Amino acid sequence: MNRMFTWAEALRIIVLLTVCFLIVMPIAAAVLGGFKTNGELRVSPFGIPEVWRFEFYGEILASRQFWVYLGNSFFISLMTVVLTLLLGSMCAFAFAQTQFFGSRFLFGYLLLGLMFPVAAAIMPLFLTVRDLGLLDTSWGVILPQVAFGLAFSIMFFRTFFKEMPAELFDAARVDGCSYTRFFFTFTLPLSTPILATIAVFVFVQSWNNYLLPLIMLNDREGYTWTLGAMDFRGEYAAEWNRTLAFVSATLAPAVVFFLAAQKYIVAGLTGGAVKG
Amino acid sequence: MQQGSLWQKWIHDDRLRMIIIFVPPAILVFTVFVMLPMIQAGFFSPWKWSGYGPAPWAFNEATDATFGRWVGERNFDRMFGHSAFQQAVWNSILVIVVSLLIQLPLALMLALMIYRTSRANTIFRLVFFMPYILAEVATGLIFAFALDGNYGLSAWFSQMLGLEEAWFPLAEKPWAFYAILAALVWKYFGFHMMIYIAGLQSISSELLESAEIDGATTWQKAIYIKIPLIWPAITVSIFYSVLGALQVFDLVMPMTAGGPSNSSHTLVSYLYNFGFIRLDVGFGSAVGVFLFVTGVVFALVYRNTVQKGQ
Repeated sequence: MNRMFTWAEALRIIVLLTVCFLIVMPIAAAVLGGFKTNGELRVSPFGIPEVWRFEFYGEILASRQFWVYLGNSFFISLMTVVLTLLLGSMCAFAFAQTQFFGSRFLFGYLLLGLMFPVAAAIMPLFLTVRDLGLLDTSWGVILPQVAFGLAFSIMFFRTFFKEMPAELFDAARVDGCSYTRFFFTFTLPLSTPILATIAVFVFVQSWNNYLLPLIMLNDREGYTWTLGAMDFRGEYAAEWNRTLAFVSATLAPAVVFFLAAQKYIVAGLTGGAVKG
Repeated sequence: MQQGSLWQKWIHDDRLRMIIIFVPPAILVFTVFVMLPMIQAGFFSPWKWSGYGPAPWAFNEATDATFGRWVGERNFDRMFGHSAFQQAVWNSILVIVVSLLIQLPLALMLALMIYRTSRANTIFRLVFFMPYILAEVATGLIFAFALDGNYGLSAWFSQMLGLEEAWFPLAEKPWAFYAILAALVWKYFGFHMMIYIAGLQSISSELLESAEIDGATTWQKAIYIKIPLIWPAITVSIFYSVLGALQVFDLVMPMTAGGPSNSSHTLVSYLYNFGFIRLDVGFGSAVGVFLFVTGVVFALVYRNTVQKGQ
């Protein structure tokens, strides 16, 4: 019995370590590849570099363009998060606290947005953004991203707001607190866990987005890092080591962010409240 | 009088005031950037139009004709008859099949292995989930490197097998899309695993203990207790993987850009290539309508059958 258990446990560990290896290996190869010359990369794609060369990373980190890309991505992601949280939580508060004429219809209308892919309307969306004069501006990416994030965030906010104790609201009403003031002084501060969870998801989605920037942005100065990475790949098609260095340099902030925010990511996936 | 009473209402009814301030901004942004474009796609789909001018049916005085040309159902005929489109539909079905037969069982197996709370399991969970937050563009570039016949894994394999010519899987017909499928599984299994872990953690330990006392083996516990109890979580993850299959795009561009000879397109990369790149608004809209109908029909049917009562 004891022996059987040990074999099962050994098998479990072997499977887990194999999967770990399959996940870490490509990432490690990319990070290490940035330290190799192209010639060495051909001969030993996955090994430790014979000589650690810092010039490829150095060139990228020292180039103005790289930081412009990151800055654009950061601004777009930040504004997307702020607007999604603000518009989404306000609308969800009205849905959660009151029943008004057409409220059920409007909520169903928003949920329709969860049922089809963003890309389905991409051509008319491009024309809308063009007609609004927002092509080649960050807002041409931010506003559609906010719109697509609203349905999902309103659904989560509404559930969270509905679970807040009603006594709190009743007590505040007795003291003459208006709906609007209650929202800003009580609801929002008490909702930090759900705000953080949605913020993290919206941020990651925006930071990684490729399709919308690809459609809306033409000018290199306005490129996000995903466009920049593809551009870089096209420019140095024969030099994988440079592309790998570029990709790895963008992985670093993503991984750091992930480790810092993983509590909220997990909470969002499990749909539960954040503990601790 | 009437105006006066409306004004009175605005001043005194702070509930109404809140609704009027809080609801319209979100509805407006959603309508302008999600619903109107989708409705427009429906109206544009029977036209041949380059996007020049306000609308395909608007009258252009310079040419003495409308900006677009009415083609009726011909955009749809062209789409359904196009071999690249059929391939894209087939590829999307492949994504769903691989998801259901490989990705979800793998995620479930790993979830069963590491759902209990322990330090080692926490680290495994973090590592398995990490690909999910990496950008698809970054993932695609890394895989493109690994599968480049002059570099990476593919070159190494070719040398090991002593092949005369290196193997370029991304440039060969069935393999290019299989490579994309592998990258998809690599990137998304951790997401589904986390959904299952959350479900498994909410199973009461008393139930499992009493099963143990009755002599249930690990297998029996998994198949007769754990999996049935997390069935709602499984239906959620199936829903995400099917809708996700309709959206695949970012990964295709760095790996194959749809090639070789249009064999590795997904529906979205097909739309991008044959609608957006060629400035064929009507045709792109027709593909969009197909995506919309597929997504909504699936969602409604799924909600009312598989997820009924949940």
